[in-house]
Amino acid sequence: MSEHLPVLLVAIPFIAAPLAALLNRPTLSWGVALAAALWALYASADLLAQVQGGQVLVYEMGGWAAPIGIEYRIDAVSAFVAFIVAGIGAVTTVYARQSVVREVEEDRLPLFYAAWILCMTGLLGISVTGDVFNVFVFLEISSLSAYALIAMGQDRRALVSAYQYLIMGSVGATFIVIGIGLMYAMTGTLNMADLAERLPPVMDQRTIPVAFAFLAVGFSLKLALFPLHLWLPNAYTFAPSAVTAFIASTATKVAVYMMLRFFFTVFGAAFAFDQMQVDLVFLPLALVAIFSMSLVAIFQSNVKRMLAFSSVAQIGYIILGVSMASVTGLTAAILHLFNHALMKGALFMALGAVFYRIGSVHVEAMRGLGRKMPWTMAAFVLAGFSLIGVPLTVGFISKWYLITGALERGWWPVAVLVLITSLIAVVYIWKVVEVAYFEEFPDDHPVAEAPLGLLLPLWFLVVANLYFGTNASFTTRIAGRAAELLLGVGQ
Amino acid sequence: MEALGLFNYWAVVFLMMTGFYTLIARGNLVKKLIGLSIFQASVFILYISLGKITGGTPPYLIYGAEDAVYSNPVPHVLILTAIVVGVATTAVGLALVVRIKEAYGTIEEDEIEDESL
Repeated sequence: MSEHLPVLLVAIPFIAAPLAALLNRPTLSWGVALAAALWALYASADLLAQVQGGQVLVYEMGGWAAPIGIEYRIDAVSAFVAFIVAGIGAVTTVYARQSVVREVEEDRLPLFYAAWILCMTGLLGISVTGDVFNVFVFLEISSLSAYALIAMGQDRRALVSAYQYLIMGSVGATFIVIGIGLMYAMTGTLNMADLAERLPPVMDQRTIPVAFAFLAVGFSLKLALFPLHLWLPNAYTFAPSAVTAFIASTATKVAVYMMLRFFFTVFGAAFAFDQMQVDLVFLPLALVAIFSMSLVAIFQSNVKRMLAFSSVAQIGYIILGVSMASVTGLTAAILHLFNHALMKGALFMALGAVFYRIGSVHVEAMRGLGRKMPWTMAAFVLAGFSLIGVPLTVGFISKWYLITGALERGWWPVAVLVLITSLIAVVYIWKVVEVAYFEEFPDDHPVAEAPLGLLLPLWFLVVANLYFGTNASFTTRIAGRAAELLLGVGQ
Repeated sequence: MEALGLFNYWAVVFLMMTGFYTLIARGNLVKKLIGLSIFQASVFILYISLGKITGGTPPYLIYGAEDAVYSNPVPHVLILTAIVVGVATTAVGLALVVRIKEAYGTIEEDEIEDESL
C-alpha cells in the first residue's frame, strides 16, 4: 500500500466526501470527516518523512508514465504544504463538531461536512500533483466547496461575501487556465517537470511572458495579494468560525505554494526574477499590504474582521520573502506558511469559542471576558504574541528569517518596516487584551468557559505555537530544504 | 491577411473582454454571472483553437495513411473538464443569488450594499 500513498492521500478524503453526505447524520458525517482528516495527516506525515532528505517521490497515475499520464510528484515543498493542510484540517475538524452546531442549521450539517472534506481534498491535491491542468481542477474543487462553506454563515452577509469570493476566485482560476493554455500552446505538454525542460527554448517568444503574467495575476487573486484581496475580509468575517479557522490557515497558503511551484519549478527563478522581474511588482505590493492592512486592522471593531485584515498583511510577509528570491527569503516564506497557519488557526479558533459562549466577536462584547473565559482568552493572548513575533513563539522565528533575508539583500529599510509593523500588531492585539482583562464584565449573567471540545484543539495549536517557537529545528530544516529545492541549489 | 487568418483568436479576445466588462460593470448579480460564463467560454474557444491543425483529421488511427495529420484531442478533453467546472461554478453562483434574493429581497448590488449598512 505504501507505494500508493501519494494517490491515497487524496483519494480517500475524496471518497469520504460523498459518504459524509450519504450518511446524512451529523455525528456520523463528522466521524467520516475526522477519519478522512486523520488519514490525510498520517499519509502526509509519512510522505514528509520519506522526502525530507531531498528525495522526490513520483507516482504515475494508472501506470502511464509522464508526460502522457498524470503524475503526482512529491518533494519537500509539496509534502510540507500537504502536512500543513492535513494537520490544520485534522485539528479544525475536531473543533468543528461543537462549533458548527451553534452556527449552521442541523439539517445542513452532513452537507457541510461533505463540502469540508472536499475542500481539504482539493487543497491536498494541489500540493501533491505534478500536472498543471490537474492543479486547476483541484483548485476549483477546493474553491467551489469553500464558497459553499462560507455561504453557510449565519449572517445574511455571508451569502454576499461568498458570492464576491466566487466571482473573484473564478476570475483568478480562469486567468490560471489561460496561462496554462498558452504554455500548452508553446510546448504541447502539461507536466511540470516536462514544461521546465521545454519552456527555455521558447522563452524569447511573447506567448510565454503573457502566460506568466496571466498566471501571476491569477495566483495573486487566489492568495489575496494586495490589492486583489477584496474578497478576503468579508469572507473570513461572515463564514462559520470553524470554516474561517480552516480556510484562513490553509487556502491562501496553498495558493502561495502554487505560485512557488509555477515560478520556481516550471518557469525557473532565472526567468521569473531576472527576465520578468516579478520581484519589482511583488516587493512594493507586499510592503504596502503589510503596512496598510496592519493599519486598517487597528480600526476594526469586529475582531474577526481585524484578524482577516491582519491575514492580508501576513500574506504580505510571505510574498516579501518570496520576492527576495534567495534561500533565506524563501525559507522565511515557507516557514511562515506553516507558522501563520498555526497562529491564525489558534486565533480564529479562540474567537469561535468566544462566539460559542457570547454570540458576538465585537470588541465591546468581549469586556471582562479574561475572567469569565480564562483559558480561551489566555490562548488568544499567546497566539496573539505569536502573531506579533514575541520570542519563544513561531512568529519570532518567521520574522527572524525574514529580517535576516532582508539584511542579506541589503534591504535594511524593509527590515525596519517589518519591525515597525510588528509593533502595529501589538496595537491591535492589545485592543482585545485591554478590553478582556482591564474592564469589568458588564452584568452578572453567567458566562461559562468554552467546552473542552473547543478548548482542546485550540490549546493544541497554541502549544504547537510555543513548541515550534522554541524548538524550531524541524520546521527550519524542512523549510530550508524546500527553499533549496525550489532554487535548485545545494543538491 | 495574417491578422484575418487568426480570426478565431479575435473572437476569443472579443468574448473575453465582453464577459470581463459585464462582470465588472454590471450591478445585477445574475448579469455578473452571465459575464463570468462568457468570460470562461472564451477560454474554452481558445483551447479548442489550439488543437486545430489545418488539414488535420479527427484523431483516430487511419490504416494505410501513415502521413495523415491529426488534430490534437488533448485540448478538447481538457475543455470538457473545464466546461464541467464552469457549469458547477455557475450553478453555485446562481444558488447563492437565489439565497441572496430570499435574504435581501433584491439582487442589485447597490441595493444590497444600502441594506447592509
